[in-house]
Order: sequence, then C-alpha cells, then structure tokens
Amino acid sequence: MERLWDIFIASILSQNIALIFILGMCSLIAVSSSIKNAFNMGLAVILVVTVTAMINWPIYQLLLLTNTMNLALLVFIITIAATVQLLEMVIEKYLPKVYNSFGIFLPLITVNCVVLAISLFFMNRDYTFLETTVFAFGSGLGWMLAIVLLAGITIKMKTISNIPRGLKGKAISFIILGILALAFFAFTGIGAI
Amino acid sequence: MSYIRMKYTKWYQTLKSGLSTQNPILISVLGICSALAVTNQVQNAIAMGLGVTFVIMASSATVSLLRNFIPSKIRMVAYMVIISTFVILVQMFLKGFFPTIEKSLSAYVGLIITNCIVMGRAEAYAVKNPVKYTLIDGFANGMGYTLVLVVVAAIREALGFGTIMGMAVMPAGWINWVVLSMAPGGFFVIGLLAWGMRSLTKNYEE
Repeated sequence: MERLWDIFIASILSQNIALIFILGMCSLIAVSSSIKNAFNMGLAVILVVTVTAMINWPIYQLLLLTNTMNLALLVFIITIAATVQLLEMVIEKYLPKVYNSFGIFLPLITVNCVVLAISLFFMNRDYTFLETTVFAFGSGLGWMLAIVLLAGITIKMKTISNIPRGLKGKAISFIILGILALAFFAFTGIGAI
Repeated sequence: MSYIRMKYTKWYQTLKSGLSTQNPILISVLGICSALAVTNQVQNAIAMGLGVTFVIMASSATVSLLRNFIPSKIRMVAYMVIISTFVILVQMFLKGFFPTIEKSLSAYVGLIITNCIVMGRAEAYAVKNPVKYTLIDGFANGMGYTLVLVVVAAIREALGFGTIMGMAVMPAGWINWVVLSMAPGGFFVIGLLAWGMRSLTKNYEE
C-alpha cells in the first residue's frame, strides 16, 4: 500500500510527466488557450491513459510469455488507437453531454505521446498491474495539473504583461513551462517511482 | 544564373520551407517532446535527428506509394502501423550498433511514433504528392528538425556540462550551469530560439 502511495505522489509531483519528463507538449501548448478547454483535455487524458494502461499491461504479459517484446510498440499503438475510437463511440452514445464537452480532444489523444509513454514506462520498470494503474492515473492527473497551470498563466499574461512581438504565442509558453519545471524541481525527493 | 532558375523549382521550395520558413520545431512547434527531452547531449540529438529523418522519409514514401489504396476512413490507423514498423527498425538498429545511445534515449526512441512531425507530413504532404517529392519533403523536414536539435543540444551541453561531443570546450574554471542540462533548460533554450527565428523571418504570431 505504501509503495502505491509513493508511486502516486511521485507521478503527480516529483516525476511529473509533463514538466519533468517533457511529454505531451504538442497538445499541452496547443490547447492552453482557455482554462475550460485545458481542464477538459486533462480529463480526457486521465481517462484514456488509465484505460489504455490497464489494457496494455495484460497484453504485455502475453508478449513476455511468447518472447515477442520487439512487437510491443506496434501492438501498444494499435491498442491505443482502438481504445480511443471505442471510448469515443461509447461516450457519444451514452454520455452525449460529456462527448460535446470533450469535442475534438478525444481523437487528438491518439497522437499524444503521454499515452504511449505510460505504456513504455511500465514496461521498462516492471510494474505490477496495480502499480501500473496507480502510476497511469497519477501521471494523467499530473499532466492535467500542468496544462491547467499553463493555461491560467497564459491568460493572465495576455492582459497584464507587455510581451515582445517575437515571443508572443507559443514561444512564451516555453518560457513559462521552463519556470514551472524549475518550480517542480522543488518536489524532488517526495515519493519514489 | 542556374542558381536563380533553381530557386523556382519545386524541390528547392520544398527544401527551403522544411529547413527554415516552415521549420517544424521553431515555427510550427511540432515534435517538441523529443526535441526537449533528448537534447542535453549532442550525440543523443544527432542519433534522434537521424532516426526521425529516416522514419519521416520512409513512412512518407510508403504512404505516398499506398495513397490510392488506403481508404480515407482508416487512414490514421494505417499510418500508425506503417510508422511504427519503421520505428521498430530504428530501435533494433540502435540496440544492435549503438547500445549506449539506445540506453540514454530509452523510451524516447519508441516515442518517435507519436512525434507529430511524422504524422503531420504523412497527412499534409505524402497523401497528395508523388514519391520523389515526398522523399525531398521528408528529408527537408527531418533535417530542419535535426538542425534545431543539434543547435539546442550544443548550447545545452556546452553550458551545462562544459563539453561538446564529450570534448571540453569551456575555459578552465568554468562552472557548469546545471539547470541547462535538466528539463527547464530545454524549455528556455527552445523558447529563446523560437523568438530569434520569428524575429529573423518576421513571421509573427498575433
């Protein structure tokens, strides 16, 4: 139980998937124009990451048994694409309200590297099923934290600060993320991966 | 004279847009995860850049060859399968010939699959153009990516470790800027480079 708690805290703070491992940047920067969008994108990522990690773990055990680990990448990416498609259909059918708020973000997640990275990380770290689930959920939460923070700061900056012309838009997002990453280094030592 | 005429050919334009005016990292801001994560050492950056260039060229050419056979509804999944095949090739090549680089890149080699540049070129260019232009386009974009990666890595390695490719370049008594070899350094360097590139090409974002 303690180990699970360690992994959970570490994956949100000291080993934050967005700010320390630098993953999922494309969508992080593209969707950070409003807090509401950022929040929805974060929720979609948490959902997809957790579900795909839970599906990929037993598949990886099967690959281990048959000694075909080289195919892991190919198999993982197909599972992810299929899962996203399936989730999209299920949510559209049964939860149309949620579907409308997710909008285009759900299909975009297939190419979000966070999802594939989680599957590759649990593979490299030999996690058990429970550890994988906790790690995936925590990482999704950490990613959501990062995108909401970035969106909040970007919006504030638009109104109160005078940004040089060339830095406007995406360039300033990098600088903000750099400072955020620096701040997250303060969490080093909390939890263990 | 021949230079002037060359300027108007399609392959010259394709090459130029990939390298500078539409540079995938600094202008379109695609594929930055790997650009930030592997650039604390020059040799990692070169390996990553060449790997991505190979994957872009090979997968664009394949997509272009198959463009009349892939139904448009399932094209994304088809691209994924094509791309991941080539990524597995790169991974096995690195594992076989450069095990130390493979170890320091670890999961990031596999993440070439989700590098938006590869998918972006397949979707934006390869499906509409014949094979020879897709090869040039893939090469130009790959090189534009590699160039930025190497520049970023050189800055970060020189200031963060005092070396380039393992050779000491900084004067004796240089104190390493450790922060540049960690995640925040990548963000700062890329942000400043994007600023420079936009100011140089006068391509501002409003």
